[in-house]
Amino acid sequence: MKRAQSRALPYLLLGPSLVFLAVIFLLPLVQTIALSFSEGGVASLGNYRRMVSDLNFGLALRNTFLLVLVVVPIQLALALGLSVMIEKIGRGRDLVLWVWTIPLGVSDLAAGLVWLAILQDRGYLNSALYGLGLVDGPTAWLTYETPGTLFLGVVLAEIWRATAIVLVILVAGLQLIPKEYREAAEVFGARPWTIFRRITLPLLKPSIQTALILRTVLAFEVFAVVYAIGGTNFPVLVGEAYTWQNANQNTGVAAAYAMLIVVISLAATAIYLRVLRVPAEQQP
Amino acid sequence: MAEITIDGIAKSFGATRALEQIDLSVADGEFVALLGPSGCGKTTLLRIIAGLESATSGRIVIGGRDLTEVPTRRRGLAMVFQNYAVFPHMTVYENVGFGLRMQGADEARVKAQVGKAAELLHITPYLDRYPAKLSGGQRQRVAVARALAVEPPVLLMDEPLYNLDALLRLEMRAELKAVLREAKTTTIYVTHDQTEAMGLADRIAVMHGGRIEQIDRPTAVYERPATTFVGGFVGSPPMNFLPVSVANARLELAGSSLPAPRASGDLLMGIRAEDLMPVAAGEGLPFDIAVVEPLGAHDLVTGRSGATLLRVAAPAGSGHKPGTRIGLRPDPKRLVWMDPASGRALPAQ
Repeated sequence: MKRAQSRALPYLLLGPSLVFLAVIFLLPLVQTIALSFSEGGVASLGNYRRMVSDLNFGLALRNTFLLVLVVVPIQLALALGLSVMIEKIGRGRDLVLWVWTIPLGVSDLAAGLVWLAILQDRGYLNSALYGLGLVDGPTAWLTYETPGTLFLGVVLAEIWRATAIVLVILVAGLQLIPKEYREAAEVFGARPWTIFRRITLPLLKPSIQTALILRTVLAFEVFAVVYAIGGTNFPVLVGEAYTWQNANQNTGVAAAYAMLIVVISLAATAIYLRVLRVPAEQQP
Repeated sequence: MAEITIDGIAKSFGATRALEQIDLSVADGEFVALLGPSGCGKTTLLRIIAGLESATSGRIVIGGRDLTEVPTRRRGLAMVFQNYAVFPHMTVYENVGFGLRMQGADEARVKAQVGKAAELLHITPYLDRYPAKLSGGQRQRVAVARALAVEPPVLLMDEPLYNLDALLRLEMRAELKAVLREAKTTTIYVTHDQTEAMGLADRIAVMHGGRIEQIDRPTAVYERPATTFVGGFVGSPPMNFLPVSVANARLELAGSSLPAPRASGDLLMGIRAEDLMPVAAGEGLPFDIAVVEPLGAHDLVTGRSGATLLRVAAPAGSGHKPGTRIGLRPDPKRLVWMDPASGRALPAQ
């Protein structure tokens, strides 16, 4: 009796969170899948056909991937550099980390608006450039006619806003690596860069994996910052889902977009899990 | 040649003095143990020699080269860490060959040196494995092999046997001694374990409170401790210290008269447990037995002579009973004299 009870206990304790997950996560997911594959209550691929044939689809797909491929590597490199720098700080380390992570506390829409204030026609950037005599007056950087600078603006805002989450994960990961590994490498003649490449980086792999999965999945879901800075001049996947749901009142196509994002995110996660895997025998 | 000169090394962490003016010379090929309780500064001194910590003042000279300002990686040393620090993401082969690769050795030399070091430490069968698949003792061997593979002029070891269980520690100790003797490397070995220091070292530097209390051969440190701290820390059980007073440069003790190093006043008489011979009650020093611990090789008898706690190593099976009184006769040739105020040894007469 007692044994049966103790065997059931873990499942009983897991129960509430499982129910929670089912109601909040699984049920909507199943509903979204069903929505995306039905038209007027009949099973069909019509929503996907409409999504793919839409003028903005290719553009949104391209822009989203371009953003992820540019932003995420820069964020990883920046966060790696910053985390190694933070390690070296003695006093005031927590303060520096705290300041660097402030953008995490800013909502992405607010972050987008901040950068809009800087980059728009009569924004701070143009005022500064005008003051330096580099522009003649208000210059537009964020229109569909200036896709290069618009893209750059979005990239800047995304890097400012979301690098800190990578940084926090890497700083925590670095603290888990015993300093003796680096000291041993140093004693045996390794230069700082060699130590970073041959010791720190491989041992940091699990944290890098976590950070990349989190950041990439969120980067594929980029929306508010893009919307605030570029409006519809820079279509992205989530933005299209939003447009189909609200402007076009077509929940089916919006659901198809949502499913596409889910599939892309899952694929990215699978790739990271595979590529950055640490075999069991190589774990400390 | 790699003799080490530590010249007036001092280290402060903020207001705390970790090391006070350490002077120490280690001859080429010599094995010196830094022995002391935790917090005595022995590891800090080792890390300063390695360059992993910087000294507040003083110089480190190795093989005639002043290394004080030379970064760790260019000091050409090897080190074995307390927790081994064997890289988990590299095979045993790559671990052992790491130092050679950093020196830019070609593949043939790496292979030859790794093979030699692995042979010496009996880890050849594990060269393709990752450290996670090895036991603590095997990881320890990898760490030592990694250090010896570069044929370093100086080897630094920081409590390398600390994480091993007692039996393995004994085994590795004997093996280390043989291996290091063969390698002829100048070695500085940090430990808090006095049997380890006694068994391995050519000379022991006993450290306490950031100072070297005594540096000498193991038997000399054991038999003629320079301070009461050394007498108490080295040896198990610790040395007995009996307060006595002398007059006319002689000590009247237990019916015999011994020459004392001072004309008069109070002294501490230090004597090892095995140098107190149990005799019949009424003879020698009166000794009230409190506890008898049969340790196999001998019986450790603890009790009091007057107010002083004494430990005596009596022959095994001598049948002493707690609560009884016997006599103790100190071996007059094995006495050390200490100044009770300074705790320092006085030269014997």
